[in-house]
Amino acid sequence: MNPLSLIRPDRQADRVVPPSGHTAWLTSFTAGAMAFLAVFAMALSLAAGRLADRWSDALERTATVRLSAPEDQMDLQTKAVLEILSKTPGIASARAMTDDEQRALLEPWFGPDLPVDALPLPRLIEVTEADSGYDSEGLRQRLAAEAPGAVLDDHTRWRRPLAVAASRLRLLGLLSIGLIGTATAAMITLAANAALAANAQVIRVLRLVGARDSYIARAFVRRFTLRALGGAAVGTALGMLGVALLPSTDTAGGFLTGLGFQGFGWIYPLILPLLAAGVAFLATRASAFRKLQELT
Amino acid sequence: MIALENVAYSYGGGELLSDISLRLAPGSFHFLTGPSGAGKSTFLKLCYGELLPTAGRITLFDREVRGLSRDDIALTRRRIGVVHQDCQFLDHLPLAANVALPLTVAGKPSGAQDLTDLLTWVGLGNLADARPPQLSGGERQRAALARAIIMGPDVILADEPTGNLDWEMSLRLLTLLVELNRMGKTVLIATHDLNLIRQAKSQIAARVLRITKRKIQLAGADL
Repeated sequence: MNPLSLIRPDRQADRVVPPSGHTAWLTSFTAGAMAFLAVFAMALSLAAGRLADRWSDALERTATVRLSAPEDQMDLQTKAVLEILSKTPGIASARAMTDDEQRALLEPWFGPDLPVDALPLPRLIEVTEADSGYDSEGLRQRLAAEAPGAVLDDHTRWRRPLAVAASRLRLLGLLSIGLIGTATAAMITLAANAALAANAQVIRVLRLVGARDSYIARAFVRRFTLRALGGAAVGTALGMLGVALLPSTDTAGGFLTGLGFQGFGWIYPLILPLLAAGVAFLATRASAFRKLQELT
Repeated sequence: MIALENVAYSYGGGELLSDISLRLAPGSFHFLTGPSGAGKSTFLKLCYGELLPTAGRITLFDREVRGLSRDDIALTRRRIGVVHQDCQFLDHLPLAANVALPLTVAGKPSGAQDLTDLLTWVGLGNLADARPPQLSGGERQRAALARAIIMGPDVILADEPTGNLDWEMSLRLLTLLVELNRMGKTVLIATHDLNLIRQAKSQIAARVLRITKRKIQLAGADL
């Protein structure tokens, strides 16, 4: 059966199958509800993907050495630490952060008027790893021996699980869409089976007058496909509206407020009605031919 | 046209028809008679491919029925018009659309004038827009006949077509079938109405077959 034949109107063929009652709204409603849920699953998946990418970017081989020392020794020890770092194989660069940079880091928690000079804040040294990587344990031991106030904060170690978790969340979103599609296929198959069983006499008459299985199946497949397409279009539109009405992302927004589509991402949910129609087409077609074989 | 060679048919263990050989020649007119439950309807279903024989060989238009695909059987049925006693229609469609149904499923246009002429020929010209549930038994039988012949089939099989009709209506239907036979159509009517058979034999040369003890025999002159 050519899927394009579903688009071409065939009023005569459509009329031979009587309008079926509850299976009509059941199919449309199921497709609509599932598309609505799929929009959110897709938004979740895309948001998780962005989060995973962001955290992965942050993992780009960076580390921090936190140096605590009396104020009069701070510059001396900073130089010593930088000296150690410059001689450590696998470290591409290291630099001490300026007071302004440290103030900017603390500003979200303590406000813009933080007197950095008056507080005994540790000096932060930003370390960038070379491609070959470095021996973090060996570096820790050298720092402990030569600059006792310096602590290597290897933050990749706690960010990596978060990035993995975000990746898994993206996969779960995609898996949810797959499950939604499968559930849609199951529901539409049930509805199609019910419609075929309810129209057993119609099928007998059509057979008697020489209708091929493909003709009979097409009458049902076309109807269910178009219903699924219509229902899913409404469900997708409502889902997209729901996502659009979520609070907008801001710098302090975090994950939940970032749950939405961005830019071209808004195009992705538009494929859901087509997917639903495709699922309905395949499910109804398989169901119709199986049922027609049984009704011989 | 339709040929059966040593055909048998069993329903779940019990043999209903056995060792049946018959050839329906083009333009012939046959009656098939026998007691209720003798297998007349089963025989007709074998003749249009709704049932497959459990033994023997059936040839429809020179093709062995076992070798036909489901699509082939559908195409073959377009060459065989079938009228049932409990003729079934699509109740949501008007009579004209029901009669034109074979053309619709074959993707052929149904000329409005031809359809009107056909309905008029079977005496239903004024009921084209009626729904099947609104028709009487006789009207349904004539509508079924019109539907059976709209594709210009080579063979017409009728299963107790006058079973629910009064004598006057039965004669009217018989007249239509005789006319079709005179046009060259092969006709096979399954009936237990001996008066109808006698009436037909007074008009045309019809052979009468009888199913007795699972076999088909040519009926004697006692009819």
